[in-house]
Parts: sequence; C-alpha cells; structure tokens
Amino acid sequence: MKQHYQLAVIGAGPAGLAAATVAAEQGIEVAVFDGQVAPGGQIYRAMESIPQHRGSQLGDEYQRGRELVSAFRASSAKYFPETQVWSLNGRREIGLLLQGQAHTVTADQVVICSGAIERPVPFPGWTLPGVMNAGAGQILFKAHGIVPDDGVVLAGSGPLLLLLAWQYLHAGVSVKALLDVTPMINHLYALPRLPRALLAGHYLTKGMQYKRDLKRAGISTLHNVRSLRAQGKDALQSVSFLHRGREQNLETAVLLVHFGVIPHTQLGRVAGCRHVWDESQLCWRPQLDEWGRTSVAGILVAGDGGGIGGARSAEHAGRLAALQALYALGTLDRATRQRLARNDRKWMREESHIRPFLEAFFRIADDMLQVADDDTLVCRCEEVSAGQIRAAVADGHRDSNQVKFLTRCGMGPCQGRQCAEAVSHIVADASGKALQDIGHYRQRPPVNPLTLGQLAGLHSEKTE
Amino acid sequence: MKADVLIVGGGLMGFSTALHLAMRDTRCIVLDKGSPGRHASGVNAGGLRQLNRHPAEIPLSVVAADMWRHIRELVDSDCDTRFPGQVRVAENEAELGRLEKRAALTRSLGYQHEEIIGPDELYALVPALAPHCIGALICRSDGYGRPFHALDAFRRKARSLGVYYQADTRVDAVRQDGDEWRLSTLQGEFRAPVLVNCAGAWANHIAAMLGEPVPLKPGAPMMMVTERLPHFIDPVLGAAGHKLSFKQMQNGTLLIGGAHMAELDLLQERTEINWQKLALSARSVMTLFPQLKDVRIVRTWAGLEAFMPDNIPVIGASVTASSAYHAFGFSAHGFQLSPVVGRILSQLILDGTSELPIDPFRIDRFASSGRCA
Ligand SMILES: Cc1cc2nc3c(=O)[nH]c(=O)nc-3n(C[C@H](O)[C@H](O)[C@H](O)COP(=O)(O)OP(=O)(O)OC[C@H]3O[C@@H](n4cnc5c(N)ncnc54)[C@H](O)[C@@H]3O)c2cc1C
Ligand SMILES: Cc1cc2nc3c(=O)[nH]c(=O)nc-3n(C[C@H](O)[C@H](O)[C@H](O)COP(=O)(O)OP(=O)(O)OC[C@H]3O[C@@H](n4cnc5c(N)ncnc54)[C@H](O)[C@@H]3O)c2cc1C
Repeated sequence: MKQHYQLAVIGAGPAGLAAATVAAEQGIEVAVFDGQVAPGGQIYRAMESIPQHRGSQLGDEYQRGRELVSAFRASSAKYFPETQVWSLNGRREIGLLLQGQAHTVTADQVVICSGAIERPVPFPGWTLPGVMNAGAGQILFKAHGIVPDDGVVLAGSGPLLLLLAWQYLHAGVSVKALLDVTPMINHLYALPRLPRALLAGHYLTKGMQYKRDLKRAGISTLHNVRSLRAQGKDALQSVSFLHRGREQNLETAVLLVHFGVIPHTQLGRVAGCRHVWDESQLCWRPQLDEWGRTSVAGILVAGDGGGIGGARSAEHAGRLAALQALYALGTLDRATRQRLARNDRKWMREESHIRPFLEAFFRIADDMLQVADDDTLVCRCEEVSAGQIRAAVADGHRDSNQVKFLTRCGMGPCQGRQCAEAVSHIVADASGKALQDIGHYRQRPPVNPLTLGQLAGLHSEKTE
Repeated sequence: MKADVLIVGGGLMGFSTALHLAMRDTRCIVLDKGSPGRHASGVNAGGLRQLNRHPAEIPLSVVAADMWRHIRELVDSDCDTRFPGQVRVAENEAELGRLEKRAALTRSLGYQHEEIIGPDELYALVPALAPHCIGALICRSDGYGRPFHALDAFRRKARSLGVYYQADTRVDAVRQDGDEWRLSTLQGEFRAPVLVNCAGAWANHIAAMLGEPVPLKPGAPMMMVTERLPHFIDPVLGAAGHKLSFKQMQNGTLLIGGAHMAELDLLQERTEINWQKLALSARSVMTLFPQLKDVRIVRTWAGLEAFMPDNIPVIGASVTASSAYHAFGFSAHGFQLSPVVGRILSQLILDGTSELPIDPFRIDRFASSGRCA
C-alpha cells in the first residue's frame, strides 16, 4: 500500500462518500478508510447488497444512499473497506489495520468522517445480558435481517427510537412497549423552537406518521417514564419503571435502549484537536470552522462526527470539507472553492432548522445523565460505579482525567467510549463546575483493537 | 503567601520532600503548574527496581526499597505495592557473561541483593518464558506499585500534616531577597527562606534562574497496557538484550515499557507515540513471550521525564545560591527513589547533611566536562 496520499478520508458514510467523490473529481489522490465491508456508513449500511423488500421496510430515506454510493464507486478514490483506523496524530500519520496487517500512512489533508455513536446512558441493570443498544439491534436487522423473536421492550428517547419501533413493526417483531423517558417539561422548552423546525416540516410529518402507525398497531407508548431499571439474575428478566407515579413491571428477555446519538470523537481527540462541550446536544464535539477545519492543521471533521446534524447534513459537510482540502492542496483557488460551496452551504442551513427543536424535545433528564443511583456501574470495562466517581470527586479529584487515574474509570478496552459523557456529567454535578472545565478524557491510542503481534509486525517503508 | 520551604513541582519528589519536612514540623508550600500526577510521577511504569542500578544509586535505592516495604507507615497506604522480584534475562552466553560481571560488581560494593540464577530457577519462576533463555540476574526484593495511587497517598499524607498545595500555579521567576526566596506566579507571590527545585522535565529552567544551567534533556518514554489476562507471571521482567520492562499487574493487564521515546512538544506538554519505535517493544515481547501475539493493546502513552547525560539525577544543594536545593533528572528511574529523596532533602535542609552518599549527584558535576555553557 502507498505510504502517502494527498487526501485521506476516514469513514465511508454519507460525509466520507461525498467528500471523497468531490475530491477525486478534481483529480487528486484520495484514499478512503472504513471499517465496514461496504460503503454506506451507519444509515446506508449494506446499501448495495440489501434486498429490495427489506430496503422498503427501512423507509424511502434509505434509498437515497444508492446514488451516493454509486457516484463514489465510479470515482477514482481508492477505497479500503474492512480497514480499521487505530491511530491518528497531529502529523497526520494514520495507523491502519488491513487484513490483520498494521500499517502507517500519511496524508497532506485528513477528513475525519467517523459519524455518531449512540449516547451511552448508564442506568440500573444496563450491563445485564439482554439489554442492548437499539442501534445494535438495528444493525443486526439491516445487515443480517436478524430480529428478536420473542418480542422486545424499547426504552429511551429520540427520533431513532421511534424509527426503530416502526422498522420492527414492519418486520413483524412484537414490540411489547415503548417507554419514552423524555421528561414532559421538554415540550415547554421545545415549543419556542417549533416555528423554525416547521421549516423542515417533512421531518416532523414523518415522525407523526411513525407515531400514528405504532398507535394503530396497538403498541403502547408510555411517556414521561422515570426510574428505568433492568432486572434479572444472570440475564434480563424484566424492566421496571415509574409511570404516572406508579411502579410498573414488564417481563421481557430483550430491552433495546436508545438515548440519542453523540459524535464519535475518539480520532479527533487522539489527534489533539480541541473539543468543546455542546450544551444543546449534551456532548463533546470538535471545535470546527465553517469548512470543518479543526484546531490541528490539515485535519478536518465532517458529518455527525463534528456534531449531530443527520445524514443529509453530513453529505453537505463532507463536500465542504473536501473543497477546503482541495483549496489547501492548491487544486482549487479561493473563488472556485467559494462558488462550489454555495449550494451545500444553503442546503446545510436548511437541514439545521429542525435541530434546536429536536435537541430540546428529546433532552434526557439530568438525573439520568448524572446517573443518580450510586450503585449503577458507569464504566463497565473496569466496573466503576457512579458512587465511586462521586467519592473521588468528594476526595478532591475535580476533572475527568483525575477521576480516571484514581478509579480506572475509562481505562478499559472501550477506551472510555461508553463512559466519557456520563463521567463528565457526574463530575460536573458533584463538583459544581461547568462541563467545559471538567474536560474529557485524554484519549490514548489505539482507538481500535490492535494486538501485540500486529504492532510487532507494523509495516513501514521508513524504519529507524 | 509565606512558609518555611517552597517546593516547585508537585510530583513525587516534591511531595516526598514536603512530607518529610512536615513530619519535622516544617511548613511547606508545594506549587505545580498543572494537576497532580499529570507528568512522570502519575504515568510511570511503577517499577520498584534495585536491580541493575548505577553504582552511585545503589545505596539510595537499597534504603528506598526498605522504605517501600514499609510504605504504609509513611503514607497510610500500601500504594498497591507487590514484591515478587525483578529479573533480567539472558538469551545467550555473552549476555549472561555481562550479567555475571554486574552481579560481581554489586557484591564488590558490599551489596547482596543481586544474584545470578540458572535456567532451572528461571523457568520455575517464569514458566511462560520462551524456552531459549539461559539464565538471569535477579533481585528478589524488587517489585512494583501503582504510581498514581502512590502520588495520591504522598499528597494526602503531606496535606494532612499541613503541607499547602496549589495546582495550576506555574512558577515564572525566582529571586532571593535578603534571606527570603520570592516566587512569582500569575496567582501571586510566594515567599520562604528555602527553595526546592523538584520541577521534573522543566527543572533546568528553575536551575537556570539560580544561575546554574544543567544539560537536562526532556524525554518521553512510551508505555503500553494490554487487556486483562489470567495470571501467568509474577516477577517484573527485563532482558539484557532488549530495552524492555514487562509486568503483569494485579488486575491481569500487562504493562510494557521499553524506554523507547515518543515525539514530544515540551511547550504544549504533548507527546505523540512513535509507532515504529513502540513496535520494537512489541517485538521484544514477541521474542520472549510469542504466545501473547493475539493479546489486545488497550492503551499507549508517554510521560515527560528529565534525563541527564550520565543517567543519574541531580540531588543536593545549589552551588550558586544559598538555601536552594535540587532533586531532578531521574532519567526514567526515579519512582523507586522518591521516598528516600524526600528524606535526604529534608535532612539537607534541616540538618545540613545527609547520612547517604550523595556526592555523585552534585549539580556542578557537568560544569567541568564542558557540556554546559
Ligand atoms: C446506531 C445508529 C443508528 C442510526 N440509524 C439511523 C437511521 O436509521 N436513520 C437516520 O436517518 N440516521 C441514523 N443514524 C444517524 C446517522 O448515522 C447519521 O445521521 C449519518 O449516518 C451520519 O453520517 P456520517 O457520514 O457522519 O457517519 P456514518 O454514516 O456513521 O459513517 C461513519 C463511518 O465511519 C466508520 N468509522 C468510524 N470510525 C472508524 C475508524 N476508526 N476506522 C475505520 N472506520 C471508522 C464507520 O464504520 C462508518 O462506516 C444512526 C446513528 C447511529 C449511531
Ligand atoms: C513512562 C515512564 C515510565 C517510568 N517508569 C519508571 C519505573 O518503572 N520505575 C521508576 O523508578 N521510575 C520510573 N520512571 C521515572 C519516574 O516516573 C520519575 O523519575 C519520577 O516520577 C520523577 O518525579 P518528579 O517529581 O521529579 O517529576 P514529575 O512527576 O514530572 O513532577 C514534576 C512536576 O513539576 C511541575 N513543574 C515543572 N515546572 C514547574 C514550574 N515552573 N512551576 C510549577 N510547577 C512546575 C510539573 O508540572 C510536574 O508536575 C518512569 C518515567 C516515565 C515517564
């Protein structure tokens, strides 16, 4: 494999596909690295191989990916599927794992298009087998057509939860209940943002349609659910919660939870890009300019990895980042960059209308984010509970990294992906400091699995 | 703010010094530009090694080993210490010859803690080791601890005895005004009759302010830690033919270091892993434990440390200024020495002398070699 590319794109979702296609059109050398077997990213997963009938079950939005993928396939971008990026640094050196062989390559410009992950929200019992992220359930369904055969309970918040319920319904899965933990009070806060959201009304109508369909199918949706708790000895047996002041219990072997999505920031963090706390989206995201440039020269972020904007928005951001990269490489002049950016910029603005409303409407209750229950495990890798984190704070450890050092929270194999946000919330709440000041874990490579043998076999033209 | 002693640097050296001074009713202020344990003291490999020390360090290291064994009496915590020994394996006759020479040297200095063992004992101790090794140098009383926990315990104990600690406070200038040292920081001025420089990788800046520049070189040794594995090895393992330090921690993870250096930006306090060099550490592990090839690396990092040209520290009084002292330049093996260094400095400050031989660590030892202008 080549040692150096003019542009490296990490991730082949809508952002990465659009970025690579635009850049390759201008004749530069582009490499796209993506962990999946085929292009499409999260939303357009398995786009090319999925049978027509399942595609229609997934909704028509899903079809849009075909265009994106075929334009990318037709381009000259060099595509590396099943390639995990395990490291990126400020010198734009990228660590890759390709068919078990580790490589490092460099690039003049890097666009990170790593997408989103589901927001991990620890709650009592969340580590029991049988409790799964809704996204994992969706992936099983999209990629393999696997659905739970004994029925499921869905719990959490956010448009995707609704979408998944609807997708399950259409695939014939029995949805025993949909437990919506979004606090009622959100409606009040979201209301002022509604007029702007109506500018992107097609999203709202779609949401309403999902709701209607679910209701018609007799699926009970309970709102304002609190004190969610997964119960069972060795595996999930039931879900308990408070609804309208009454404790309720539902038997189920599968609970799918979803609490919205947050940017997947590990690569940008490991490269040293500055990150800021986004109070509206309740997450860390890279600090970006209008082209997606980070604080590190030559590294850009596009798509949900830079802040949640949705698939269409990701596509536009991908193009804008590519135009900037082309400009930085000297391929485009300033005026051309500006001109080519005009439409994407406009469409991106239109896409953003709905966001403030969604963010306010689906905001998770503080007591859930701050993991009110002391016994709940926050870091499942190192088995650190919310109480231990609060004790560390009481003990004078006042930022995420101090807490991590003391408790080992975030030091396990997931590298803090599962607990970083929760720890930020707990520490901020317990110390009375602002989230921005709590900081996030310093990210250490590798961000993806790498074995001792693979590192020992690291291939590189330049040796010591 | 005023006290008896001002200590620049809240790493282990700074806190150990403050602790020993506080135990003798001396009021100390410890200032650090960052947060506790951010640098070498919080992120090191935790090795408690007398094995293969520079001869000048042996007397200090042996006393330190004893202090670590009784560390709970000093800081109310065992700092997660374990003492399963450290071995340095030989893979061929030439290496074994070198180790035998080394053992003889230690004995000739009057110390018994290093011995040679043959293959039978080596494989009884480390059955998982690849079969080609032929012997090892061993120090049975060596071991390891958990650095961040140690630093936390030292800091806690020091503060309980009245030591004042302030984080996020960088010392920008020092000057002596009559009998008093004045340290300027953005957070105000700090004053005391005595100044101690425990500023780690930045200690040369403080030394230069005292008019005694030193050829300190900052470096960032790299480390990696793996996923948890079932227990399979007790002693800490090094090798005569590899830059390697290898241990299995209490929780089953493997902690692997090898003194290979990361790229570093001292100003930004950032390090970047040099993968080509870290791969050398992984290759060393593959040579000695090929069965570990599928073990996942969970995290890699590097820590900022001060290196001296002769790889031994500077410990002792300033030669240009009165009532000023130094302890820095531990060249990647200061964790083990930290309890004794604090004791030595407290004795120098309060008694004017130390019972341990510290002459080899004089700050002016570099001047004659012409290495510093
Ligand atoms: C679980 C989940 C389910 C979702 N389902 C839907 C849905 O049904 N409908 C919808 O409208 N939106 C959905 N979204 C939101 C949707 O993902 C985004 O709006 C959209 O996909 C963003 O596009 P993107 O290009 O930014 O990232 P993505 O489409 O997520 O693409 C990112 C790509 O980067 C790859 N990648 C990341 N890190 C690395 C690495 N280190 N090495 C190699 N490859 C890497 C990933 O494998 C992925 O292929 C979902 C999000 C999540 C997290
Ligand atoms: C990766 C690694 C592995 C190691 N492994 C081992 C091992 O296994 N065994 C062993 O014995 N040793 C080991 N060491 C060495 C050991 O960690 C160090 O020698 C020891 O911690 C040094 O302590 P210190 O207090 O001098 O330095 P530090 O812990 O670096 O403390 C110095 C402090 O001074 C502060 N400071 C600097 N300038 C200023 C200023 N102007 N104003 C205010 N504050 C300032 C810094 O912020 C810093 O916190 C290792 C080191 C590293 C980096």
